[in-house]
This record gives sequence, C-alpha cells and structure tokens, in this order.
Amino acid sequence: MLQSSGCRLALAAMLLAVLSACATPEVTSGINDPYEVTNRKIHERSRNMDRKVLRPAAFAYGENVPEPVRIGVNNFADNLGLPGDVVNNLLQLRIEDALQNTVRFMFNSTIGLGGVLDPGTKVGLTARSTDFGETLHVWGVPEGAYMVLPLVGPATERDAVGKGVDILLNPLRYVLGTPERYAQPVAGGMGRLNDRYRYSETIDSVLHESADSYAQTRLIYLDSRRSQLLRGKEAGNAELYDIYDETFE
Amino acid sequence: MYDRRYVLFGLSAFGVTFSGVRPTLAYSASKAEAQITRVVGDITRIINSGRSESAMYREFERLFRTYADVPRIAQLVLGPDNRRASAAERSAFAAAFQGYMARKYGRRFREFVGGRIVVRGTRPVKSFYEVTTVAHLAGEAPFDVTFVVADSNGRFIDLKIEGISLIKAERTEIGAMLDRRGGNISKMIGDLQRSG
Repeated sequence: MLQSSGCRLALAAMLLAVLSACATPEVTSGINDPYEVTNRKIHERSRNMDRKVLRPAAFAYGENVPEPVRIGVNNFADNLGLPGDVVNNLLQLRIEDALQNTVRFMFNSTIGLGGVLDPGTKVGLTARSTDFGETLHVWGVPEGAYMVLPLVGPATERDAVGKGVDILLNPLRYVLGTPERYAQPVAGGMGRLNDRYRYSETIDSVLHESADSYAQTRLIYLDSRRSQLLRGKEAGNAELYDIYDETFE
Repeated sequence: MYDRRYVLFGLSAFGVTFSGVRPTLAYSASKAEAQITRVVGDITRIINSGRSESAMYREFERLFRTYADVPRIAQLVLGPDNRRASAAERSAFAAAFQGYMARKYGRRFREFVGGRIVVRGTRPVKSFYEVTTVAHLAGEAPFDVTFVVADSNGRFIDLKIEGISLIKAERTEIGAMLDRRGGNISKMIGDLQRSG
C-alpha cells in the first residue's frame, strides 16, 4: 500500500520535473523574515535546549566514544541517506548525480562494510548530496520566508516542506523491516551529536557568544543554502563592496 | 549548517598591523590569481609545517599583513555606519576590529592542520576579482573558499566560505553590537575591545 502510493507520488513528481525542467530557477538574495518575532522565540528556546541538553550530550558522546567509531556512525547514517538523495537527483533530472550516488551506495554498502567505512570518497565517488528542498527549487518553487522550526532549526518555507517530504522519500523506509528502519534516524541522531562536538567552537561562537545569535544564524543559513543551490554559479553580490568604491575611488 | 564553513574564517584574524606598502597599479585577473596562488601556497605550507600553534599564528599574522587589506575590511564591516563615523572613530574601530578578529579566530588554526588549498579559477566582478579555491581538510569533504581581491591594490578584502561572507557575518555582528548601544559608535568600539 505504502509502496505503491510512494511510487505514484514519485511518478507524478517526475512528470512535474520534466515539465518544468526548461526554466532556470532563480536564487534570491536579501532577507525575507516576516515571522521574525515568532522565529526569535523559537530560536531562544532552541538555544536554551542546546545549552542544557544537546551540547552536554554531544560532549559526553565525543569524549567517551573513540573518534573512529564516531566517524563510522556518521558514515553509516550518511550512507543510508543516499537512496533518498538518488530519488531527489532523479526528480531534478540530474542523472549523473543519481548514477554517482547509486554507485557510491553500492560500493560503500559492500566494500565499505555496510557504509561504516567510506572507500568511495577515496576513489572519487564523493557524495552528491541533495534534498527535496533543492528539488522544489529546481522545479521553480520560490524560497519563501525564513523560518525557525522547533527541534529542526533554521529553514525557509520551501526547505521546511522539503525536510518533511524527505522523511517519506527515502526508499529504504519502504524496503526495510521494523527494527532496521530505525537504523538511519538513530545513527543520524548520533551523527548530529558528533557534529555538535566536532564543530563546538564554531557553533558556540555563533549560538552563545555572538551579539545577536538569531541574526547570525539566519545569515549563515540563508547564504550557505543559496550558495549550495547555485552550485558554483555564484551571483557575486557586488553591492556588498560598494561602500569600498565610494570611500576609496 | 554549522560545519566546516566557519573554520577558515580563522584566516582573516591576522591583519594585525597596517602595512605601509600600497601598490598603486590596477590589477589584472591573472595577477589577482597569481597573488592568491601565493597566499594559498603559503597557507598550505604553514599548516603543514608541523610547527607549534603560536609559531603558525605568527606566520599567519605576517601573511595577512602582506596580502589582506584589513583597514578596508574594517570599513566594509562597519558598513553604512562608516559614513557617519568620525575619522578618529574610524581608526579606533579599525584597530579594535583587528584585535577582536585575532582573539575570535586565532585559536582555531589547529582545525585545518594537515590540509591544503588549491586555486581553481578567477573572474572579474566590477572593481574586484573573485578567486575561487577549494580547501581540502583532513576528514572533511572539499569545500569552496573564495577570495575577493580589490582591483586597485591586489589585496583581498573578503573571504567567502561556501557562500558565507566574512564581511557580511561580521557586519551583522558589529551591527548588533551597535544596536545594543543605541547606535553609539564609540561605545560599540569599547565593547569590541572586550569581546571576541
């Protein structure tokens, strides 16, 4: 039942992708944040949650579990996310990415011992990461307003929808049995703890040491996300340096 | 989202003193690229030198004195408020900003020990050049670092790590510090001297 409705959804989406593939999607700049008051409240709650729960848990994990094990867990979680990436690659009609992710998945799942190791990267089979938010972008859906989601963190309206759909989109969800299907979320959660530990200085400086952690987080999220969607076709924001011209020339 | 993107912001910590040297010739794309090739060559050499953190710190300091235009970076960070600042406030801000950058990012160099940075290409944009490089750090997927090089003097005025601009990030930060002080520039400079 689930399987067939999933298939139908994918087919319909594929058709949509074909229809809209001709348009070049636009990447906006600037900040669109009409929900700022609510967003700031949620951000403040997440920040407290980080200080009281996530950060201590991440340090407990990072300081007690040896690094090779933590990296293995991250690799394992990332590998189980690849089939979902392949679906999105296809929905975006990026066939080369879909092939590379597929071969990477097969290579790391076997030679990489179920994805715990990452020999794929060493032979040039790097991950071509994507998500349904990017698929929506490729289909021409506009970015929408900035949002902060409880527990999930920063997003745009488009990415919020994408994050929800991605949970349903990974084919493994429909293939694996009951205990196995929780492997990815559990390993993914541990992977997030490892990231929180590994980049703790950077994250602390943004979340707990900056003058306005909300504004800083919003800037980082929007600019890195847009840069990712532009895929190197950077829209150089020349106006950023205009003051330089005025002052010196 | 927080991952490695901020790591290389550490690079900008080191314009610690103003350089008196000011080349006057306009640059070309190939010269800008050659300049950044030297920069990333030096960076790669420093992070693989196996020297102590403090020794690396001093080397980076020298590198930034040579290749970055820190006074101009400070003015860009101050943004529109630069226009209403007095000359004394501008120079006080530039000095405070340098110290703040050194404190804020200086301790982060070990994050890229063992890595290398490779120049990929250059394109002209208005009065500057964007030189794109790829950073390969141990245990990380490669990521883009773009140097923005001023046409007027060949020094870099911004760094972008996968789309996140140092100028924009610090402008947001300094803007928030100014807001806290009701827009009073000299009070913000006082705060800046104590933070980072």
